[in-house]
Formats: sequence, C-alpha cells, structure tokens
Amino acid sequence: MKIVYSDVLVIGGGLAGLRVAIGVRRRGLDAIVLSLVPPKRSHSAAAQGGMQASLGNAIKGAGDNEDVHFEDTVRGSDWGADQRVVRMFVETAPKAVRELAAWGVPWTRVRRGDREVIINGQRVTITERDEAHGLLAQRDFGGTRKWRTCYVSDGTGHAMLYAVGDQAIAQGVPVHERKEALSLIHEGGRCCGAVVRDLVTGELIGYLARATVVATGGAGRLYRVTTNAVICEGIGAALALETGIATLGNMEAVQFHPTGIFPAGILVTEGCRGDGGLLRDATGHRFMPDYEPEKKELASRDVVSRRMAEHIRGGLGAQSRFGPHLWLDITLLGRAHIDRNLREVKEICQSFLGIDPAEQWIPVHPAQHYTMGGIRTRHTGESTTLRGLFAAGEAACWDLHGFNRLGGNSVAETVVAGTIVGEFVADFCESGVGDIDLPTALVRDAVAVQRAALDALLASRGTESADAIRVEMQQAMTDGVGIFRDAAGLESAVGRLEALLLRSRSIAVRERADGPNPELVTAYRVQRMLKVALAMACGALARLESRGAHFREDFPRRDDANWLKRTLATWRNAADTLPTLDYEPIDVDAMELPPGWRGYGARDYRDHPDTARRTAEVQALRDRMQAGDRREVQAALMPYRELLPARLQASNDRLEAPA
Amino acid sequence: MSAARRIQVHVLRHNPRDPASEPRLQSYEVEEAAGMTLFLALTEIRERRDPSLAFDFVCRAGICGSCAMLVNGRPRLACNTLTKDLPADITLLPLPGFELIADLSVDTGRWMRALSERLQAWLHARETEVDAARIEEPMDPDLADRIYELDRCIECGCCVAACGTAQMRADFVGAVGLNKIARFSLDPRDARGDGDFYELVGDDDGVFGCMTLLACHDVCPKQLPLQNQIAFLRRRMARAGG
Repeated sequence: MKIVYSDVLVIGGGLAGLRVAIGVRRRGLDAIVLSLVPPKRSHSAAAQGGMQASLGNAIKGAGDNEDVHFEDTVRGSDWGADQRVVRMFVETAPKAVRELAAWGVPWTRVRRGDREVIINGQRVTITERDEAHGLLAQRDFGGTRKWRTCYVSDGTGHAMLYAVGDQAIAQGVPVHERKEALSLIHEGGRCCGAVVRDLVTGELIGYLARATVVATGGAGRLYRVTTNAVICEGIGAALALETGIATLGNMEAVQFHPTGIFPAGILVTEGCRGDGGLLRDATGHRFMPDYEPEKKELASRDVVSRRMAEHIRGGLGAQSRFGPHLWLDITLLGRAHIDRNLREVKEICQSFLGIDPAEQWIPVHPAQHYTMGGIRTRHTGESTTLRGLFAAGEAACWDLHGFNRLGGNSVAETVVAGTIVGEFVADFCESGVGDIDLPTALVRDAVAVQRAALDALLASRGTESADAIRVEMQQAMTDGVGIFRDAAGLESAVGRLEALLLRSRSIAVRERADGPNPELVTAYRVQRMLKVALAMACGALARLESRGAHFREDFPRRDDANWLKRTLATWRNAADTLPTLDYEPIDVDAMELPPGWRGYGARDYRDHPDTARRTAEVQALRDRMQAGDRREVQAALMPYRELLPARLQASNDRLEAPA
Repeated sequence: MSAARRIQVHVLRHNPRDPASEPRLQSYEVEEAAGMTLFLALTEIRERRDPSLAFDFVCRAGICGSCAMLVNGRPRLACNTLTKDLPADITLLPLPGFELIADLSVDTGRWMRALSERLQAWLHARETEVDAARIEEPMDPDLADRIYELDRCIECGCCVAACGTAQMRADFVGAVGLNKIARFSLDPRDARGDGDFYELVGDDDGVFGCMTLLACHDVCPKQLPLQNQIAFLRRRMARAGG
C-alpha cells in the first residue's frame, strides 16, 4: 500500500483549491492538489461574466465600497449569510482581484470618455473618468446597487483559472491528476487525509496530511438539467457526510440560473442582462418589469428564475418540441458589443443553437446552477465538528451566500476563500493542533474499507444499473426539489431517493476491470451522490418557509421568527437511509444589517422577535456616529476585522467618487 | 416530419494497460436527435449500450478543452460538434501526440504541465510582492483586449495533433507553446524580454521548428490568430538571436 505524505492535501484543482495550495506553499509548507481532471479544465473555467469586487472604477460603480457590497450580498442571501464572513469577503475581494491583475489576468479595462450603453432597454451615453482610464472595468449584475463586476470579456473564469494555474506551476505545486478521493481518513474527531483512487490504474493510495482541504465545487449533476460541468457531482460534500462527524450546511439552498440555453442547460452569462439584455415571452413582451418594477431583469437570480417559471406556468412561454421556454434578447446590445464583451455567449449560440445572438433571440430556461450549501465551516474554513478538515469555495458553507448567491460572487469567493483559508490552514499546520501521529495502520484500515467496497461492486450479482439509478435520482431532484417546492413533492422526492439509495446497494457493473472503468466510477459515485441529494431534499422538506432560492408554495413567506437558522445535516451511521437534521440559530443581535425587505421580490415576511430592537439599536448607533468614519461605524456595529489574517486587514484604496 | 437519421459511430477501442487489449474499431448505431452533439451521442452510447467506453468531457460547452479527438480525421472538440454537421458515418479516434489512457481518453494534462514548466509559461512579475490594497496599475484597454485574445487558449491539444513538426519532433512546443510565449511577451507586466524568450523558443523545438504548414491555425477551436503570432514571434526571435 502506497502512502503519500504532505503538510496539506487539497482535494480539487479549481480556483479555490489552487489558491489554497499557493497560499500554504508561500508559507513554506508542502501542498499536494488532487484533481479529477487537469486543473485548468476545472469548472471554475466556466464562470463567464465576472467577479464582484468594489473597486468603483467605472463611472456607474463610482461610490461603491465594501459597505455597499456587504449590504447587497446580505440582501441577496435573504439574511441567511453569516454577516461576519460577508464582511471578510467584501474586504478581501478588491485585494484578490488586484492580486490577479498582478498575476497576469487580462482584465477588461476602463476607457476614458463617452460610450453608449443600454440601461433598462434605453440607449444612454455615459462618460468614463480620465483618472479611471486603464483601471479594471466593472459591469452591472443582478442584485447590486453599483456596477461592481470585474470581468475579462465573458471568459473571466477561464482567464482567472489560467493565471492561478500558472502561478501554481510557478510555485511548484504538484497536482496529482486523474485521482479521486473515496473517503476521508479520520480518527478521534481529527481528519488526516484521504483514501484516493487512481482513475487510470485503479490503484488505491493513502494520502496523509496535517490538514485536508475539500475544494471540489458544487453538486449540479444531482439534477438532470444544470449549467454545471459533468464533474460537479457533490462528491466533496459526500466525503464529509460519510465521516459521520462533519456537517453540511443549508443543502436545500440550490440556485437556478435564469439563463441556461434551452434545452441543453449550457450557461449564458448574467452579463447578458447586466449589459442590457432583456427577457421576453412568447409574444415578445418584456415581462420582468411587470413582476419586479424595481430591478426588472436584474433582480437576484432566485427572484428572476421564479418569475420566469411563474410566467411559463401562466402559459406565456414560447413553445418548442422540447417544451416551453422564454427568450433572452441581446440584439439591442449591437454586434460590436457582443463581439468584444460576450464572445463566449456568441460561440455557444453558434455551436449549440446555430443562431447569431446579434440577430436572433436566445431560447432560455432556468437551470440548476449553484450549491449555496456545503461543508459547514467556521470563518477559518475549518469544519465546525471535524478538526483538520477544511473546505473552500462552492464545496463549503462558511456561509457567504445564505439562501441565494449573487452573480459574480462565486468566482470571487473561490479566490477570496482560497486566500483566507490558505492562511488559516498554514496557521493550523504551524500550531500544535496541526501535529499528527502518522497512523499508518489507520490508513491501511481505511484503504481496506474502500478496497472491499470496490471489490463488492466488481463482484456484485445485483441487478441494479448505476446509470439507471443516476438518471432516476436526477429526475427525482428535478421533479421535487426544483424552483417551486411543496410538502407533497418533497415527500415524494425523499421517498424516491431513499428507495434509490437502498437499490444502489445492489448495483452490479458489467465491466469488471479495475483500471479506467467509467461504469465503476458511476457506481461508487451515485451511491455517494444520493446521500447529498437526500440532504437537500430532507432539508427542503423540513424548512417550512421560503427564503432565497428555497421557495415553498405551501409556506410562501420568509419566516424569521421560526426559520432564521441554518440547517445542518449529518449522516450518523453508514447503514442509515436518511440524514439527521439539526439547526444552528443565526443571531439577529449580532447583525450589522438586521433582516428586512431585500429591495426586490416578496415584501411579505414574518419578523424575528429581536429584529425591531436590533434595527433600532443599529439606527441609534448610526445616528450617534453620523459624522464618523464609515469604518469606525462599521466596527462599532459588528467587529470583524481581527478575524481576517493580518496581511489581509489593510483598508482598500480606490478612486475618489466624483462629488 | 421525416424519420430521424440513424448514424454509425465508429470508435477506436484500446486500453494500453491491458496486455490482452488490441486496438480495434467498434461501431455503435445511434438515432440522431435534434441538437445532438458528439457529447450527447457518446453519453447515450455509454449510458445505454457500452458502460466501458472511455472518453473525457468536463464542461460540455466548448470552454474547457477536455474532449479534443479526431472526428473523421480532423482534430476538434467533440462537445460542440453537432452530429447533423457530419455524415452518417462518424469515426472517432483519440487525439494523436498524447499518451493514450483508454479509448478516446488521452493525457493532455501532463503534456501541458510539462510544456508550461519548460517554457516557464507564467507571468514573471517585476515585483515579487504587490500591495493589493493599493489601486492597480493601469493598462491600455486595447492592449488588455489583445492579451486576452491570446489568453483564450484552452490547451485542448488540437494544434499539436494537427502539427506536421510535432509528428517529427517529439519535443516541439507546438502552437500552444508558441502562443503562450507570444502572450507573455505582449504583456508589459512580464519582466522578460526577447532575449529571455529566445532562450526558451529560439531553436528547432521552438519557433524555428515550425514549417508554416499552419494546420494549427485551421483547427484551433478558439480561432486563435496562430498564423500571425507565429510569424511575428519568428521574426522577433530571429532578431533576438542574431
């Protein structure tokens, strides 16, 4: 049995994982990155429209700062987020975007002078400032009060991933490609590595590390139609769940992106609407202003997707052989704009739809897009319950996004969390708690458990097909745990998923080879994916309110009095067929921004009993410190700065906003 | 409506790690559906017909570069290739020039990493530590766009598979390598000059190995301006070396 030792094991080679590895490497520690695929092929590359950071260079971003970004993010989360984590994030995002500029990302830049843009369907001229010329540009995105999304045309994730991937190569970070973690090794509440399968040879290898970081991204492939890459199967969450100790937070919070192309579900960026694109129905009518007069197409994604689904239910979708859909119209942006700023969109439309988006409308339908939930961690990225296990990026719930993530905040989170968590992982390794004995017998046992499970699959005389179970799981999630949810649909989904979990224990594979065997991979993954799917469905069934992307038709109001809390799911025993749910309260008294109306979406919600008092307290403090520096006011409301690693605490410079 | 076309997909099957495996073509009949891509066709074959078939897809949207293969003899991405644009007989072979893992799966990752290490294909910043709390350095907006144009490479390997020189010289850096050098040499944030780049590509495994057959330019799925970039680079490297 081979054992590979390192200070830090990072599972996942996307932006978050690579950034963690670079960070710990810079602190003089070893990090090994495991990746299913060559790291530059990770799903981070698919982020198109951009990364939110409150630089305020573009004139429509002038006056932006961390405070505005903070409030937008908290409102977007429907008050589900941990507000201290949001503060850490918005403070670090400008640093992260500037670091990437120094690493070579060819960010789109501001050009001084007049330019024509489309705002609310109208062509208007805006004038960029001389002093902003050549600085990073920002575009508009949903749920934001300022233009804040920094971008590289519409290939932002690609450019970021290549710059960070190149830095990882420059720093000599080893990436073990085509390796898949099958389980986390842990004992006595301490995680110390993973059992890993070589996807080419089938060999099982023990990886031992002082700290283990899960950065495996989201779980879109639990659904039939998703924008996610085929490798986004929620396996990182499953690994944590299967420890029986680590918890998953808010797994019922699943985002549907308004503009997946129909029917394939391939993403076209929110930048299409940010840049002025409109949503239209079968008659060509622009319908979003009817529902959302304030933000129209640029309300948060949960709201826009819900309105689209509602409009289709009302019989106003365009009909096609695959079913009803709506239209995204970017023709009004003009060919020159599309060629420069939306070129991936153009290529996708040409390749998959055979249309020219400068001339024709794009058929779109909401598609699963993002997993707000994930491995529940503290603000350091460390699991709240399993020491030595960290998580970062979409796989984590530290909890930046609450029940709805804003566009542009995910690719920002990858590098921000990677930076922050990397520092805390290094601190952990350097401290006494980072020490481990080298329990090779424990590794041997852990490998033996996985070997036995694989051998059982390869030798099984069962009758179940892994692919069939996978398709049925995706259908159950799509039917019952989608945009609109209710008790009957969720109960049915839980029942179907639980039955599938039982059936998955009788999967047989036809192909018995242990090397490159895609059927075997599907088999062992679907067994794990079903547990994550059950965490989502059970969490959604239990949550008797609507918040962010979790919308219950039988409980359509947000209910802060009863549900201002985070769902925690664990899988206590391997033989269990359902997760165990628990809850963690969110403290209104600790909030800088107490719950209220989001500024879009439903105005009808039930207050928490502490909200009125806290709101008055916050207002009184703001009144008292009216003349004070905004940072001092913030510190008085909700101290957080000392939670950041020291090197990230400096205040961000930006251009003066015009008077 | 006319009946759906039935297409024959012929796939090279081989597992080089299995001593009993002999390379062979295996044929699968698939009923064509509207909007069917090779990703959808191969996925259907694997889900319904042959669970052992190995291939690599990740994004299935033409942006990650995982799924390059020979489609009726031409290197291209399988995920954004529509079957309706192909004849009813489709032959799929693994991308040449890279180590075969199995069937249509090849190891481009290790090749590309080795290339990056060899060409030091990362931005060599002028300052080692940036103060990220300060306002970033400005850059001409057009220059930023031009750098992005070259930064769009997805390391799919099509240019290497199509390259005449790469057939003869195992260590040839390919258009992917030359494009990376062109990209960093265009970037004012990179401290290196032509003399430094000459050390990396000023030989027959670099820019002087190119025979200007330029299949790379023709097959690049991102339509990178490889022809121009290689020509510019050759001229500059000739100067730098002279």
